[in-house]
Amino acid sequence: MTVLADLTFSAVALSAVYFLAASGLSLIYGLMDVLNFAHGLFMTLGAYAAWDLTTHLTSTLSAPLNFAVGVVAAILAGAVVAGLTELWLIRPLYGRPISQILVTIGLDLAAVGLLLGGFGSNSLSMPVPLWLFEATHWGSLNLPNADFVALIAGVVVLVGLEWFLRRTRYGIIIRAGVENRDMVRALGVDVGRAFTLVFVLGGAMAGLAGLLNSVVFSGDLVSPLQGDGLLIFAFIVVVIGGLGSIRGSAVAALLVGVVQDFSNYYLGTHPGMAEIGNLSVVLLLAVVLEWRPRGLFGGTL
Amino acid sequence: MSARRGSLVLGGVLVALLALVPLAGWHIPWVLPSTVNVLNATGTLEVLALCFIFAGVALGYDVLFGYTGLLSLGPVTFFGTGVYVFDIALTRWGWSLAAALAATLVVTLVLALVLGAIALRVGGIAFAMVTLAFAQAFYYLVEDNPHNLTGGDTGLALASSRLPGLLSGAVSNTRSLYWLALVYLVLVGAVVRVVLNSATGRVLVAVRENEQRVEVLGLRPFGFKLVAFTLSSLVAAGGGIVYILLIGTAVPSAVASITLTLSILVMVVLGGPGSAWGPVVGAFVYVYLQQYLLKVAAEPSFASLPAVARVPLSQPQFLLGALFVLFVLFVPGGFAGAVARARARRASRRPAAPAIRGDT
Repeated sequence: MTVLADLTFSAVALSAVYFLAASGLSLIYGLMDVLNFAHGLFMTLGAYAAWDLTTHLTSTLSAPLNFAVGVVAAILAGAVVAGLTELWLIRPLYGRPISQILVTIGLDLAAVGLLLGGFGSNSLSMPVPLWLFEATHWGSLNLPNADFVALIAGVVVLVGLEWFLRRTRYGIIIRAGVENRDMVRALGVDVGRAFTLVFVLGGAMAGLAGLLNSVVFSGDLVSPLQGDGLLIFAFIVVVIGGLGSIRGSAVAALLVGVVQDFSNYYLGTHPGMAEIGNLSVVLLLAVVLEWRPRGLFGGTL
Repeated sequence: MSARRGSLVLGGVLVALLALVPLAGWHIPWVLPSTVNVLNATGTLEVLALCFIFAGVALGYDVLFGYTGLLSLGPVTFFGTGVYVFDIALTRWGWSLAAALAATLVVTLVLALVLGAIALRVGGIAFAMVTLAFAQAFYYLVEDNPHNLTGGDTGLALASSRLPGLLSGAVSNTRSLYWLALVYLVLVGAVVRVVLNSATGRVLVAVRENEQRVEVLGLRPFGFKLVAFTLSSLVAAGGGIVYILLIGTAVPSAVASITLTLSILVMVVLGGPGSAWGPVVGAFVYVYLQQYLLKVAAEPSFASLPAVARVPLSQPQFLLGALFVLFVLFVPGGFAGAVARARARRASRRPAAPAIRGDT
């Protein structure tokens, strides 16, 4: 029973990171039909921004404050790079969906190449509060503190995003745009600004996801390819959840996290099955798509 | 008709010249991708052979992407299948060359039909995602090294004992492997041409232009799309076989990862999707530049450059990615599109066809 509870908790923390990575992707796709391959780059850059700042400030700031600075840096880096990507690369290609996908692929290749050249392919260690690697004991349960941080971040973003999409003017424009972009445009609303906004929002969440991925699952390490690894699973979450659906992303993230963690734990120890967790997630995607080609929540936001 | 015969003659002359390269010991400074500045040096022949292989794979992929309008993110699945089934049959099971070839063909055919039938039930972006998922599943499978077949991360070296002397991976055989790769490219070019010029090929283009109209005309697009999928898969697997003969080792990061899929996509887009020769040029530019830049970055004088210039220039991935972005933004239709526009301008009759058809 203890094992089951511990396992569920870590699976949910993993899901939180998947959700942060996937919800931005899903909004971008839902609103703009852009399959954003540069989302992995936003995650990686978020982690590197946090690494850079916290490494420089580690002797001047206390550990928790330094970590907070890292979180802000990751969010800002993701948001700024994503916003510029939309303005400079996506905007000139409006109306050409395939070219938009291609341009994000090129950006990802180029920027990751630059990171590889600048920082090397080895992982770099980020200074984080030691408290993150300790565990909170509840009765017989051992719950890692880092997982708590991921979980809280995921819930805060989910609630905040739902509030933004339902209660604010731009949130409502985005939701309407996902439903029917041309109609919103015909009503005289500047959808272009909403396009930039979803990129900035998605980039911010991606930057946070990249940092949390480093802290929670890679033992404080950042590497140039970490975002691209995470991106595959974010894609899978988005497609299972239904493109454009935030709730779908949340449910699918839980599903993927649980399937991955449980199959890793129960089957991954057998010889030649080290990748069974990843494999099961892919199979899950195939099953869901065969059963519901538009994903679990396709068409609603 | 005469224009077509003209391009056939031009292609024939080019192939004949390329076939003579291994015999030409000319000294050429600067431009060769090998540190030995001789045209038929082993290093240069190997890079050119890689160009032939990926030109063939890109041509096959373009049947699906450029002509049929299906964005697959899984060509690596079938390239990797060609590499691994052939390698495993020869190395692990000690089969004969003919048996290994037959096994690779059968496995690829069955896999392409099954995966294609599943993936083609959905269209558009979902198709891209399903093919990506299958490709990742293949990658994880290879990484996992089931029953110690694939060698996992450490790779699987091809045992040359069952190969005829000329094809074993020894350096002295680079010349014959070069010719084999050239034959592969010519063969792929011919098959792709024949298929695209047939009635089936015209239906493929029609599916790209307007799938509903094809249905209204009483044809089932599914079967035609499956033909394109299977053809491009077989071509990719063939490329995998020539690749493993040339390189001699199968490593998942090189022959099974998404990086290779993206490389193939970049080649096709640089060259021009849906054009007869675009993907070939794109593959040559991509592979040649990649190897050449690596050579330049390894030169001693390069280390004295300031970091601002040295870091980006030492990363082929950065330069090719940036080139790709510039092409997508400013050269729609790649090299082929640029040539077509230049021709149209000279004839000043009508504007060139859109860059990537279906991209509106």
